[in-house]
Amino acid sequence: MTKTTKQSFTRRGLLKTLGAGAGVAAASNFVPDLARFAHAQGSGPIKIGFQMHATGIGASYGRWYDRTTQAAVARINDMGGIGGREVEIVTEDDGTDPKRGAEVVEKFATQHNCDLAFGTLFSHVVYGSAPRAGELKLPYFVVSEGHHVASGKLNRYTLQPGITDVKSQVQAMAPFVSENLGKKITMIYPDFAFGHDHRDYFTAAIEAQGGEVVASIPIPPTETSFTKYFPNIPRETEVLYHVMVGPGVLTFVKELGEFFGPNGPKLFGFLDSLEAVSLASPGLEFLEGSYFWEGNPRHAQADQSEYDKMYRAAVGVDDMGASVDDPKDVSTYSHMFGCWETLNVIKAGMEASGYSGPNDRAALIEAVEAMTDMPHSDDHPQGAKVFNGKTHQTFGHQFISQVTDGKLVVKHTTSIEDGMYADEVDYTTQSF
Amino acid sequence: MLASLEGAVTAAILALTAMGLSIVFGVMRVVNVAHGEFYMVGAVLAWVVASMVGANPVVGFVAALVIAPLVVGLIAMTADKLILQRLAYDPDRTIVATIGLLYIIQQTTLMTFGPDARPVQPPFNTRLSLPWFEWGENGFEMFWPWGLSITSYKLFVIIAACAILTALWLLMTRSKAGLIMRATQQDSETAQAFGIPVGQVYSYVFGLGAGLAAVGAVLVVPIQQAHYLMGHDPLLLSFIVVIIGGLGSLPGTVIAAFLIGMSDGIISVFFSPTLAKIIATLAVALVLVFRPQGLLGRVER
Repeated sequence: MTKTTKQSFTRRGLLKTLGAGAGVAAASNFVPDLARFAHAQGSGPIKIGFQMHATGIGASYGRWYDRTTQAAVARINDMGGIGGREVEIVTEDDGTDPKRGAEVVEKFATQHNCDLAFGTLFSHVVYGSAPRAGELKLPYFVVSEGHHVASGKLNRYTLQPGITDVKSQVQAMAPFVSENLGKKITMIYPDFAFGHDHRDYFTAAIEAQGGEVVASIPIPPTETSFTKYFPNIPRETEVLYHVMVGPGVLTFVKELGEFFGPNGPKLFGFLDSLEAVSLASPGLEFLEGSYFWEGNPRHAQADQSEYDKMYRAAVGVDDMGASVDDPKDVSTYSHMFGCWETLNVIKAGMEASGYSGPNDRAALIEAVEAMTDMPHSDDHPQGAKVFNGKTHQTFGHQFISQVTDGKLVVKHTTSIEDGMYADEVDYTTQSF
Repeated sequence: MLASLEGAVTAAILALTAMGLSIVFGVMRVVNVAHGEFYMVGAVLAWVVASMVGANPVVGFVAALVIAPLVVGLIAMTADKLILQRLAYDPDRTIVATIGLLYIIQQTTLMTFGPDARPVQPPFNTRLSLPWFEWGENGFEMFWPWGLSITSYKLFVIIAACAILTALWLLMTRSKAGLIMRATQQDSETAQAFGIPVGQVYSYVFGLGAGLAAVGAVLVVPIQQAHYLMGHDPLLLSFIVVIIGGLGSLPGTVIAAFLIGMSDGIISVFFSPTLAKIIATLAVALVLVFRPQGLLGRVER
């Protein structure tokens, strides 16, 4: 039995298989050529490459970014597409890995002939992918929160029009924390670019408020057990500022509760620590009364806007922020709105610039750079935003919620100006 | 105090997981790279079973503790029959095959169970604070600081792991099944000549090894939630433990698990968790240099 299979695997057979494979590859190379021809005629679909965290530590986010993206595209197509052309999403998994991210961007540009790339969340993947997007002259719309875009470290092809960045978020939070919770703060954050943004900019922002960060504790994002990090929290701590990502977030919060018991400091967390995790999970009762930053309130508020209602229904999220099909499947509500809004910005940019194909990529970027006010609307259900074309970064409202009877209730909404800071770069001066 | 308690919990879970790896290697001479994934499947199944049973956390947990290791054991036995047996247990090829198995199991879990971390409610969980004494302003004081505590469930994990390890030791040394396993370990050809169905023994041992990993996972899942990437750390630590303890030596494995677990707990708390990992890896290197057979391993003939 084994012998026959061995014999059938001959050199000739191998060559045949290889030949067939090469033929298929050649054919598939030919098909995108046809598609490009169709593009030139302005009749084919607009192809948007979606860099998805389908596997790896970002998979919980990736799944919801995908659902939001599909819902947003369905809505755009129902309204007649972009400039009369249908929008098609080409999804590639990046494994939440920077190296793979750069390869995916390359695939979008050369293999799939996408008009642009979109959708990355994790900041290390953005850092890995953006330089390649710049080299390939492929517009790269990230939905990442990192300060990397506005810091000037990336390039003219990378934009973040749909979600605010960490620097802006923490700057808007700091006054609330120092006035209402305490001035001696210990920070716990994931040990990569996104966490470092939190460390650097929150430390600066709280010092501007007369507060002090007494200790900062980085944790590797792939860590699975956390209690061993907590003894480094100094006893003088008044407020524990926590932000964590990755599949271990629930363990993190739970161990935090077990560690402190009833005598702990006040807690202020970024909802990242609980994205895709139900507040009703066993062991999270201790969070009652603690405060969270939210990018977009997960639980439908008493004063819920019409836009949020429409957006929730379109994506398939119930009033508790979970999937309408499975109440245990909790969304990443504080982040995924960015996909929806970014796609609408792309639509507006393409229509304003009369985009017809990859040759108009520079015109698309210039059209987005020219945008400023984005009013609260169906296109921007999270709230109004102001886009800064020079830094390629958008600014918006932030929410501070308190856990009340197991629900996140918004206590304070910051103004757009609270999160603004001086420009660090002017991308518009860079050549295409 | 906190450090040694945390360390003991780590050690207990580690001992169970590493024991599975050690038995499989000892009897079958197979380095099972997919061991961590059996651990992960155990944890995920614990969630599935516990949420199917529903309301009462005690019933759910007990059901998970029984069902999850059995199912994982069956999966492992099927894998043994389908893959390892066909490779004739060739050491090099089984490593590659189990690496493949690792990815198959991991990605199947991602596709079916999803990427989110899922909690299992512990059957009981009381937070026990420990007092701390200090010579303060008002003389000798006792107070209850934050952090100095353990939950009753964590203590249960330590006790349960000890009980299971004792049972395993009795099984290996006092029962006929243990005798057969040891015979197969010493010389599989002679064992076969004496009428021992070596193929069957291999399947059961592979299932038992995976089942032990799953037991460890079910015990840990009320502390650390189940998610599809959780198999990586236990695999690495199990290998460290098995190498330090001596491949195939069961008492060595337990001792090494205790050493690594405790040092991980203590060094993590007083210095940093990264340093703890560095030291564990350094220990492996030193053991390999100075005592290649491990602490209690025998020299290969």
